[in-house]
Amino acid sequence: MSTDKTISIAGENALIVYFADKPSAVISTEIANTADKLKTYLGATLIDLVPSYASLLVIFDPFKTDHASVRRAIHTAIKDLNKITTATETSSGLLVTLPVYYSSESGPDLQRVADSAELSVEEVIALHQQTEYQVYAIGFAPGFAYLGEVDPRIATPRLATPRQRVPRGAVAIADQQTAVYPAQSPGGWNLIGLCPILMFDPKATPSMPVQVGNQVRFQSIDRETFIAMGGEL
Amino acid sequence: MSLKVIKPGIYSLLQDGGRYGQHSMGLTTGGPLDRNAFRWANLLCENSQDSASIEVTVGGLVLESTVTTTLAVTGADIPLSINKQPAALWQSHSVNPGDLIELGFARSGNRAYLAIGGGFQAEAIFNSVATVPREGLGGLNADGAALKSGELLPCKPTENASLWQLPENLRADYRENSALLRMVLGYQQECFNETQKQLFFNTQYSVTKNSDRMGFRLQGAEIIPTIEGILSEGICLGAIQFPADGQPIVLLNDRQTMGGYPKIGSVLSVDIGKLAQLSAGGTVRFEAISIDQAQSLLAENEKQFVSNRLLKLCL
Repeated sequence: MSTDKTISIAGENALIVYFADKPSAVISTEIANTADKLKTYLGATLIDLVPSYASLLVIFDPFKTDHASVRRAIHTAIKDLNKITTATETSSGLLVTLPVYYSSESGPDLQRVADSAELSVEEVIALHQQTEYQVYAIGFAPGFAYLGEVDPRIATPRLATPRQRVPRGAVAIADQQTAVYPAQSPGGWNLIGLCPILMFDPKATPSMPVQVGNQVRFQSIDRETFIAMGGEL
Repeated sequence: MSLKVIKPGIYSLLQDGGRYGQHSMGLTTGGPLDRNAFRWANLLCENSQDSASIEVTVGGLVLESTVTTTLAVTGADIPLSINKQPAALWQSHSVNPGDLIELGFARSGNRAYLAIGGGFQAEAIFNSVATVPREGLGGLNADGAALKSGELLPCKPTENASLWQLPENLRADYRENSALLRMVLGYQQECFNETQKQLFFNTQYSVTKNSDRMGFRLQGAEIIPTIEGILSEGICLGAIQFPADGQPIVLLNDRQTMGGYPKIGSVLSVDIGKLAQLSAGGTVRFEAISIDQAQSLLAENEKQFVSNRLLKLCL
């Protein structure tokens, strides 16, 4: 475990912990585990946490605690990381499988991704499923999970002109990141398929199938299965 | 039991104290931009201070009551009338079934808060009714929409409530259209050299028209940090970020929870309201203070709400 973590002021009631210069599966797990610990240590004095690629923002109630106390809690949580030997000992190591209907009908950029990679469509689909992705961050929009990294052979730059409408459930690639759009929105990522699972459902508990620190694997399904699972084309 | 929206005005949103503890799903907080004015509106109606009220941007809201209750408007200096009779801001009024409540347009400031006895009743989503249009969450129908003509805003009757007034010395005055924003240095502050920092703190920035509930875009001296971008990271209220054009953006209640622009620090929560009340062309300056100073300013601001400063009106 690395020990070069730094804590900086973010605001009057917020500290940000930097875990590393670059994201990685190990760092991501450390961040998720630290977040879990801080929930326990800070209890009702904690307002919110924002885990991201290589950092964790800690927002606290300034009328119940202060910067010095929260710093101490963070130091303790980081020390505790050394006691956790493997990711599988915590809830954050969970592997979530998401079904995807890959096709030109559900993924209008699939052919283009294949062409620019000089691969067949089948090879792109196989490569996309082959990786266990790390959930690095959730943001941009409710339920939008940034997953990484895709096989460099199918990493594809964003569209020059973003689409006005990307459908809910769109499975997409931007450079070495991949994601499932949780709701219809504008977007510039390359669309390669559709996932019938809702990535964000305010009425469900939990509201998201994944959280930061989880792993995600995609699994190809056919058109019929997609429809049977509630997918819409 | 409700207030009927006759005209929604320019932009009127149902807001409570905000949606907290949901950043890990990418949800922002929402809530009133001028939290002090919002809290006074509720306290004048004998509500708990985070009860659901309406944030009226610029003005134009017209409501008709079907209920006997109390009502108070605070914040921006906006003409208020009840049944065509001018009514004072920063105090509570009785309203009865059939009463017409009209808000004109702000003469100074930008956001007014209309609270009602017992607060507006709407379905909470993630523990809050705060309206966040970008996320499609909160508000009257839990879909993130602003108020629309014909909608009924449910509320409870409050019989025999006392009426209250806020002493004048505690009311905010927005006429200068300028604000001193106190901030704490933080985040990537080491990536701004001394010259750049001096320039930043010596510049009077102006508020551009591209300012909204997500963030206020300012214009003035260009500040160029030593790095262009960072790995996306969590953004707290008031964070001051610099995109490539070197013009600061102060991030507010509806900000995205993560971002990748360098940040020099964050504006104090007690000064966010002052900023949000500025119109385009309004001016701001920044002043760096220590965490200890920030903590005492927060406590000082809180004190006015804790001790009961409202004056009872004898009618």
